[in-house]
Amino acid sequence: MSYVDLHDEDETLFRPIYETSKSFYIAVVVLTGVFLFGLGCYIHQLLYGLGATGMDEPVSWAFYIVDFVFFIGISHAGTLISAILRLSKAEWRRPITRMAEVITGIVLAIGGLHPVIDLGRPDRILHLFERGRLQSPLLWDLTSVTAYFTASTIYLYIPMIPDIALLRDRGGKLQNLYKILAWGYKGTPKQKHALEKAINILMVMVIPIAISVHTIIAWIFGMTLQPGWHSTIFGPYFVVGAIYSGIAALVIVMIAFRKLYHFEDYLKEIHFQYLGTLLLVVSLLWTYFTFAEYLTTFYGHEPAEMRVFDYKFIGAYWPYFWLMVLVNFVMPVIILSNKKTKTIKGILVASIGVVIGMWLERLIIIIPTLANPRLPYPTGMYTPSITELGIAAAATSAFILGFMGFSKIFPLISIWETKEGRESSVHEVSMRLREYLPGHPEEAKVEASVKAEL
Amino acid sequence: MPKYGMVIDLNKCTSCQACVTACKVENNVQIVSEDDAQHGRAMFWMKMLTMEFDGDYPNIKPKTLPRNCMQCDEPSCIKVCPVRATYIREDGIVAQIYPQCIGCRYCMANCPYTVKVFNWDRQAQPKEVEKTYNPDVSVRPKGIVEKCTFCVHRLQDASEKAKAEHRELEPGDYVPACVEACPVDAITFGDLDDKKSDVSVASRDYRAFGLLEELGTVPKVRYLNAIE
Ligand code: SF4
Ligand code: SF4
Repeated sequence: MSYVDLHDEDETLFRPIYETSKSFYIAVVVLTGVFLFGLGCYIHQLLYGLGATGMDEPVSWAFYIVDFVFFIGISHAGTLISAILRLSKAEWRRPITRMAEVITGIVLAIGGLHPVIDLGRPDRILHLFERGRLQSPLLWDLTSVTAYFTASTIYLYIPMIPDIALLRDRGGKLQNLYKILAWGYKGTPKQKHALEKAINILMVMVIPIAISVHTIIAWIFGMTLQPGWHSTIFGPYFVVGAIYSGIAALVIVMIAFRKLYHFEDYLKEIHFQYLGTLLLVVSLLWTYFTFAEYLTTFYGHEPAEMRVFDYKFIGAYWPYFWLMVLVNFVMPVIILSNKKTKTIKGILVASIGVVIGMWLERLIIIIPTLANPRLPYPTGMYTPSITELGIAAAATSAFILGFMGFSKIFPLISIWETKEGRESSVHEVSMRLREYLPGHPEEAKVEASVKAEL
Repeated sequence: MPKYGMVIDLNKCTSCQACVTACKVENNVQIVSEDDAQHGRAMFWMKMLTMEFDGDYPNIKPKTLPRNCMQCDEPSCIKVCPVRATYIREDGIVAQIYPQCIGCRYCMANCPYTVKVFNWDRQAQPKEVEKTYNPDVSVRPKGIVEKCTFCVHRLQDASEKAKAEHRELEPGDYVPACVEACPVDAITFGDLDDKKSDVSVASRDYRAFGLLEELGTVPKVRYLNAIE
């Protein structure tokens, strides 16, 4: 029996796994090309040393570390947002969570590799395990990123089991893989119960881990004595920034794959409206943090701090700084608070702006501080080399490739959760709603009224 | 246990840079290509810093200051090192273990004096330089961080010699190369804990100050202010 005979209500969600268009292959070829180029760049760097980059003294951390912070930030899209939505029983989460979690898994793997790319001696990486010093924030970081990666992969996998079982039962390609991964899931009440319990535990666990990850990344900078970095606000500031860029990336991915795989019926305007509102709220929160951080610096007016401050506001980095303010604050707030512009297109534009803006924010936090040491050294302007740009391009295409690859093996939208939503949550939500109201709702009555409504 | 420290008298210093050169030769510090030097990758453990310019062009008078590693007693660099490739010895010297460093450059980012230098790559050295390599100091490979160690190999030499001669290490036995090279004796070196030593007396002079002392790094290299 081939899959075409199965007339599932949610056939659209299965289709991408079995049908591949020509443009998909073209995209794969192009992206693989970019990836191979970046790989070549890295091999060049391995042979030649970090001299192949544009880094120098005193700007001894640059592109790789910026990308590291940026990618790990994006990874907060997923698990954190999906856990919060699940926890708050937001019904509109159903078609969103899977994609969010996939983003986390892939981006975390890519982002986590960046500090290794940045090492002068990657061959000595094992020293971190053999004689790591737990007093160093880099070790905290290693620990928390590993924990987050593990937790979020499990958190991606467990809610996927019923879908894998569906795929297994359909027959067709990759049978053996599905058989192993489905873990004998048959949807018995007992299994269902265990599954739900596992998801519940994981989602509560994953939230503090996610928050700790970006807090610790912020502490890599915050724990130093350097002007512009040594700030108590950095932990929460970075977390907010991470969620901000995460939501934006999620929106972009959702819109792209909605178009590609014709998910219009599942990812509706309303989903984007909600995500848009969320984006707006986080945008304001981010602006508040940014404002608080810079006002404190400015008011204190310490000379070393002010050199970094001026470098950002009116010095060499002013174009980046003000562009960031434009795309991270002005643009999203205008677009998202206006009914006319808060369409899917508008939200897409705002999200692309935010992703660019958040990358710039990482750049602006990292480089100006290094470029303005306390003692009077001559400092040049840092410009990335081809090697660094190549690796950044490769990282981005690895992300897209990873996502595309995933979509060919597993459904991008959780099928069983969609079905569950259709079957049982209408009743559940009405029940819950009535419980908010005075009086005691009677189950039978509620059910009857729901049936009548439908 | 002595606590080694240094006092540099800016009244005496003529900015001749003999210390800069002596240090570079003594410690086999890599000579980088012109391109790299232009790019800000020149490697110096001892560096002449121009702190400020007095007067107007063309009658300017730069105020300079020779700057090596401050050998902080509370070093920011060792706090952040993930693998203990940099550590503080009992005698106060902040040392570097080259084979251990993974090149993450966190210590560079956290040194408030921007003292540490990185081997961005390893270039072929001029023949004459290779011939005059100091056999007591290892040549560093690419990808790791290095900095002034108060010529710790000289301390090792001196203590071994003293031991062979069955005597205690005496004050003049161990001095770093920069101290030896200074033609005007602007640099005093020795045990800070010995209240009678020259360096200890100088470090308590009314002209004495430490660079960026306010950060709490407790630098063991101190300066005597230049007074007209
Ligand atoms: S000056 Fe810098 S490198 Fe030297 S001990 Fe102090 S913090 Fe470490
Ligand atoms: S560059 Fe080397 S010495 Fe410096 S923090 Fe990293 S491992 Fe430690």
